[in-house]
This record gives sequence, structure tokens and C-alpha cells, in this order.
Amino acid sequence: MNIFLVLTFSGVALGAIYFLAASGLSLIYGLMDVLNFAHGLFMTLGAYAGYEVATRLPTSLGAPTLVILAIAGATIAGALAAGATELILIRPLYGKPVSQILITIGLDLAVVGLLMGGFGSTALQIPVPLWLIEPTHIGGLFLPNASFLAIGAGSIVLFGLELFLARTRYGIIIRAGVENREMVRALGIDVGRAFTLVFVIGGAMAGLAGILYSIVFSGDLVSPNQGDSLLIFAFIVVVIGGLGSIRGSAVAALVVGLLQQYTSFYIGGHSGWAQIGDLSTVLLLAVVLEWRPRGLFGRVA
Amino acid sequence: MRWPSRRAGLLVGAVFLGLFIVLPFIGLHVPWVLPGTLDIVNSTGTLEVLALCFMFAGVAVGYDLMFGYTGLMSLGPVLYFAVGTYVFDIALTHWGWALVPSLLLTFGVSLVLAVGLGAIALRVHGIAFAMVTLAFAQAFYFLVESNPHNLTGGDTGLSLSYNRLPSFLSGAVSNTRSLYWIALAFLVVAYLIVWLVTESVTGHVFVAIRENELRLDVLGVRPYRFKMISFAVSSLIATGGGIVYILVIGTAVPSVVASTTVTLSILIMVVLGGAGTRWGAVVGAMVYIYLQQYLDKVGAEPSFTRLPAVLRVPLSEPQFLLGAIFVLFVFFAPGGIAGLVVRRRIRRASATTLLSVFNKP
Amino acid sequence: MTNAVEISDLHVSIAGSHVLQGVGFSVPSGGVTALLGRNGVGKTTTLRAILGLVASTGRIQVLGHEVVRWPTHRIVRLGIGYVPEDRDVFSGLTVEQNLRLAESGSGADYDEVFSLFPELKTRARQRAGTLSGGQQQMLSIARALLNHRPLLLIDEPSKGLAPKIVGEFAGVLERAAEHSTVLLVEQNLSVVKRLAQRIVVLDHGEVVHLGEVTDLDDPTLVRQLLGVAGAA
Repeated sequence: MNIFLVLTFSGVALGAIYFLAASGLSLIYGLMDVLNFAHGLFMTLGAYAGYEVATRLPTSLGAPTLVILAIAGATIAGALAAGATELILIRPLYGKPVSQILITIGLDLAVVGLLMGGFGSTALQIPVPLWLIEPTHIGGLFLPNASFLAIGAGSIVLFGLELFLARTRYGIIIRAGVENREMVRALGIDVGRAFTLVFVIGGAMAGLAGILYSIVFSGDLVSPNQGDSLLIFAFIVVVIGGLGSIRGSAVAALVVGLLQQYTSFYIGGHSGWAQIGDLSTVLLLAVVLEWRPRGLFGRVA
Repeated sequence: MRWPSRRAGLLVGAVFLGLFIVLPFIGLHVPWVLPGTLDIVNSTGTLEVLALCFMFAGVAVGYDLMFGYTGLMSLGPVLYFAVGTYVFDIALTHWGWALVPSLLLTFGVSLVLAVGLGAIALRVHGIAFAMVTLAFAQAFYFLVESNPHNLTGGDTGLSLSYNRLPSFLSGAVSNTRSLYWIALAFLVVAYLIVWLVTESVTGHVFVAIRENELRLDVLGVRPYRFKMISFAVSSLIATGGGIVYILVIGTAVPSVVASTTVTLSILIMVVLGGAGTRWGAVVGAMVYIYLQQYLDKVGAEPSFTRLPAVLRVPLSEPQFLLGAIFVLFVFFAPGGIAGLVVRRRIRRASATTLLSVFNKP
Repeated sequence: MTNAVEISDLHVSIAGSHVLQGVGFSVPSGGVTALLGRNGVGKTTTLRAILGLVASTGRIQVLGHEVVRWPTHRIVRLGIGYVPEDRDVFSGLTVEQNLRLAESGSGADYDEVFSLFPELKTRARQRAGTLSGGQQQMLSIARALLNHRPLLLIDEPSKGLAPKIVGEFAGVLERAAEHSTVLLVEQNLSVVKRLAQRIVVLDHGEVVHLGEVTDLDDPTLVRQLLGVAGAA
């Protein structure tokens, strides 16, 4: 039972990270019809930015401060990279969805190559305070502190995002645009600004997801391809949850995270089949698609 | 420059084919075009690179059938490619099957997967379809990486067990020239298949699906069947490519043969060359592999170390250069090389291909 | 009298089909011009072309500006209120939020809109997706009328509505037409006869008749241009 609870906890943490990665993707697609392959890149850039912040700032600031700054740096880096991408590469290709997808692929390839050249392909270690690596003892269980961080971040973002979408003018524009982009234009609103905003928000969340993943599940290591590995799960979560739905991403992310942890341990642990956890997520995708092609919360096409 | 006729195109193709067939007999030293140790035209290294070019060109033209002609952006062709490498290798050299049964098994597995997974993926359109195919390909990657029943060798990969090869094949495999011709033959066969299909009525339905699937549906033509055919043929060709790959290279490592990088490379090759033109895919593949090899060698040139890091790092990373070139093409030449070379008629077709690939629900 | 809209030699192709083949007509300022024709002749496409929602070649002048290459939101900001054929309200947003999106500058006249459609006031917090068809249509029209825009493009406002409500809506549009120019696409001829002064008739993507609404009193002409006698 204890193991089950620990697995659940880490499943939720993983789900939180998936949510951060997937919700941005989902919004970007929902509003702009762009499949953003560079999203993995934003995650990787976030992780590297966090690494740079944590290693270049003076250690006298203390490990906790450094980690907080690293996380902030990751989020900002993701936001900036995404904003620049939208303005320079995506916007000029408006009306050509395939070209937009292709250019995100090219961008991903090119910049990951740059990272490999600049930082090398071996993983780098982010220095983190001891308490992040340690677990907390609660009710007989040892729960990793880093997971608390992930769950906390994910919850705050979910809350903040829902608030933003429900109450602010741009939030309403985005929701309306996801439903019917054309009509928003026909009301005299320039959706282009909403596009950039959505990319920036998505990029910020991706950067955050990247560094959190490094800290929580990767032993504080950053490597050039980590974002792209995470991206595939983000895609799965997006399709299961329904393209364009934040709520769908949240639910699907949780389900996928938990599923991965449970199957990895209970089935994978016993049979020695290490990858079953990953495989099970794809199986879930297949099942959901058979039953409900538009995803859990997606709109009817 | 307006391309005058198909006949001229066929002539050029025939000339190149003839050149490639006799190439292994040409011992010319061409220093600039081919870097480093490859500078002799028929050296082993060059022949191997060319064999890789042909193999990828075949896979690319098969992908063009699905993507360029039918408008299905699958992000999972690597799955069928990997099936080709692994299943063939296992059957032929680890289970000791004869050649024909091994081929049948390999293509059989590929077909079953294509129809089964394709059925699920084709339930959705556009971006969701792309994501689903990506997920399935990724699942296969996880599968081979996990080394089920000790079949695939996991991370370290699976090698062609040379002493278990049937005799006539082992002779061929140890001779780079024969491998070169096998790869070339594969390209020719793949190209012919795609050519026949696209020129047939089925091929025209593919284009109609790409342009306006909804209208076809309303007219009572069932697009699903045709999309499945396109998907299956493309996947089987990719499997053929995988078989050639394992013969030429001799080892299958998951991160090389089963990862999404292969899919993206194929996609780039087709777009670079010009989607929806068949020969564009061939040209794109050859240019891409050539660039990959060349840039790799160039990056190691000693004169580079004198450049400041800001220039040296990007220029010595082939992946960066390839990505950047691709970005430039998408921006300025979406019709690819084919679009640049053959103006007007084909360029409009390729541009339309790229613009109308997705069916918005 | 200046023209609110002037169109000449307008061509639109959609998915390979040449939908508008050289359409040309003017909409004089003030009053209601009705755009008529059988199903599928290109009436909606014409409105969408004016708004820049479809690519077109030719000449389109709206409120004194040449707008053929302009992005939609810029065209709309010249002062256009649009009521699309399928209402297109944002079902995930509330009535209030739908209206808020339609605001432009400070000219939003909620009093006017709520006096025209009191139900929208009572249902302000309700999700638009849960409204009835008639209520959604009210919202769609309210959106267009919110800012007293000089030009209104209205596409089949009576479609799918009960006859009693149609009458009410016609009254609303009459009131709106006192301050704005209206280009009205409508199949219901009784509405057209009540509201419009001029008519433009399309067939197969071309203009086949330009005239006064009194032309519709001739049943032979009506049958020739529009097929059936229309809902009288």
C-alpha cells in the first residue's frame, strides 16, 4: 500500500509536468492550428537556461535562492524563445499551416544542434539544494521534495491559467478564438496579438516543464534531447485530453502520469520489461481514439 | 526556365540512372565534391554513402506518395523502416530462415501493422493524425529498446549475423559494390511502384483527397479506403528500405533506426526536394545525405579551429546547418528544389501541395 | 449620395470552384439593399469577400476605402457590424462576454441593445451555448448593433426562426436601418419587402438583376430569378 501511495504521488508530479508541457501545445493548436514541434526545444532551452543561471550566479546567494532563480530563468527563457519564434518564423507564414509545422521542425533540429555544439551532448548537472533531493517523511511514507515542487508549480499554473482565460480580455479572446477564429476577426479584433501571447504563455510553461523535469525525474541533469523525449508524451496527453482544452490537458496529464508510474512498477518491475510504462501511454492513446476520436474534452470537429 | 516536356525529364532520369549503374567502375579522383577519404568516386566509402542515398531516396519517394500526393502527414514512417531492419535481421540471421520466407515475414508484419495502426490513426485528421502516427512510432522505439525476449538487443542494437546468411547473400553483403547495386535496385523498384500508382486512377483519387476530401465524400467515393492504400504502400516501401539498410550497414541500433529523427529526416528530404513531384523526393534525399556527410567532414577541418567560437560552433554542427537550410527553404522555396528548377507548372503544384495538405474539419 | 459599398469585377475561387465570376454592384448609403438569389449562388461568399474572409480579386470599396487586400479586422474597424449566416456566437462564453468582445472604443451602447432585446439582459451571465436558436440570433444581431456602426452586413437573419420571431427581428432591423446602411442577404421575401429599398439578385456567381424592391411584386420575375415564389 505504501508503494502504491508513493507511486501515486510521483504519478501526480509527473502529471503536473506533463500538464505544463501539454497545455501550451493544446492552446497553440486550438487557437492557431499550429503543431509546434519547437515546443520540445522550449523545454530544453528552459532546462539549459536554468542550468546556466544556477551555475553562473555566485554561490553566495545560497542554493535555495539559486534554484528559484534557475526556475524563473527557465520560465523566462521559454517565454522569450517562444515569442521570438512566433514573431519571426510563424507569423510570416500565416495561412500556411504545413509550412508552419515544417519550420518548427527545422527550428527544433537547428537549435538542438546548436545546443549540442555549444554544451556538448553529455548531460550537465544542475546544482540543487540538499532539501530538494531529500524526501519528506509523512505518515510512514518518504515523499520526494522535488515532487512537491512540481505539483505545486502545476497547480499554481492551472489555477492561474483558468483565471486568465475566464476573466481577462485576452483570455476571453483566446477562448473565443479557439472556438471560432474567423468570427473574432469579424468583430474587428486582431488575433495576431493573441497568437503571440499564446505562444509566449506556452513557451513559459514549456520552459518550466523542462527544468522541473530535470530536477524531479532526471536527477538534476540537462541534456540536449530531453525536451524532444518529453514532447512525445506531451503530444499524447494533448490528443487524449482533446486539442484546445486546458481542462482536458489537466485530466489527461494526470491519467497518463499515473498510468506510467503504475505500469512501470507493477508490470515492468516484475517482468523486467523496462519500457512498459512508456508503451502503456501509447496503448491508452489508441484506446481513447477508438472510443472517442476527439479526445476527452475535445470539440466535435 | 520552363521544363519543356516529360520526355526531357525521363531522359535526364535515364542518364543519371545509367551513370549510377556504371559508377562502381569509375575510379576518378574528385577532390572537391567528395570530402576526405571519399574523394575517389568508386571507393568503398563513397559507394556506401551512395547506397545510403539510394535507400533513403526510395523511402522518401514512398513517403511522398502518402504526404505529397495524398496529403497525409504521417510522423511515423520510421516504424515500418525499423520493422524492415529488425524483423528481417532476426528472421534471416538469427532464426536461420531462408531468404524468401524472411522477406515474406518482414513485409507481412509490416502490412499487418500498417493496416492495424493505420486504421486507428485514420480515425482522425490533420494534426491529430500526425500525433497519433508519431506516438505509434515512438511506441515501437520503446519496444525495441526494451529488448523483448532478448530479440532486439536493446540499446546496443542487433547486428547482422554474417555467418548465418545464405551463401549467395553473404557474398553480396561482403562486397560493397553488390550492396550498392542492391540499394540502387531498391530505389528503382520503389520509384516505379510510386510512379505506377500515382499515374493510375488510384493516384488521381489520392490527389483529389489531398485537395478536397470533403467533396469526394459527398460524391460517394470513400476516401478512407484510398488513404489506407496510400498509407500501406508507403509503409511497405519504407520496410523495403529497412531491409536494404540492414544489409548495407549491418547493424540496427534503436536510436538510429527507430527514432523520430529518421521520420523528420524523411520529411525534410521530401520537402527539400519538393513534395508531390516524385523525383523531388529522390533529389532531396540525395542532397540531404550528401550534405550530412559533407558537413560532418567539413566541421572537422583544421582551419575551423581558428574561427571564433560564435562562428565555429554553429558551422561545425551539421544538424544546425541542415536545420537552418531547411528553415530557409520553407520560408523562401516551399516548393523545394523541384520548385526552383521547374517553374510555373510544378511550382504551383508543389506550393498548393504544401498549402492544402490538411483537411480542416 | 455616396455609396457605402462599391464592388466591381469581383472574382472568388474556393477549393477550385469559381464561385463569384465578376460580381459588381453598389450599396447606396442609408437604407437597406437586399442581396437575393437561390441557394448556393454566392450571396454569403459576397459578404465574406467584402469582409476579407475569403481571398478575392477585383475592386471592393467600403466606406471610402479600397479594401481588397486588407486583413479582416482592419476592414471591420472601418465600421462594420456583421451578422453571419450561422450566428457564430461563442458558445463557451457568456452572453455578456460575447457582447464585450464586440465592443470597439467607447461607443458601446448597451442600453440600446438591451432595450431591443431585454432577454439578453436577463441572461447576461448565461453561457451562449445553452441559449435557444432564437436567443442566439438575438445575441448575434446585438453584437453587430452594439456600436452604431455605419454599415451592417446581415446574412439570413430569419433562417430557422419561428414566423412570430421573424417579425420582431424585422422590426429591430428596421430600427437599425434608420442609422446605418444595411446590406441584407435574405431568402424570406416578406422580410425583404418590408425592409429593403433596392435589390441585387445573383445567379451562378453573377449579378443578374439590379432594381427596386417593388420589382418583387412581379411574380413572373420572382419565379425567374429565384425559382420558387419565396416565403411570402
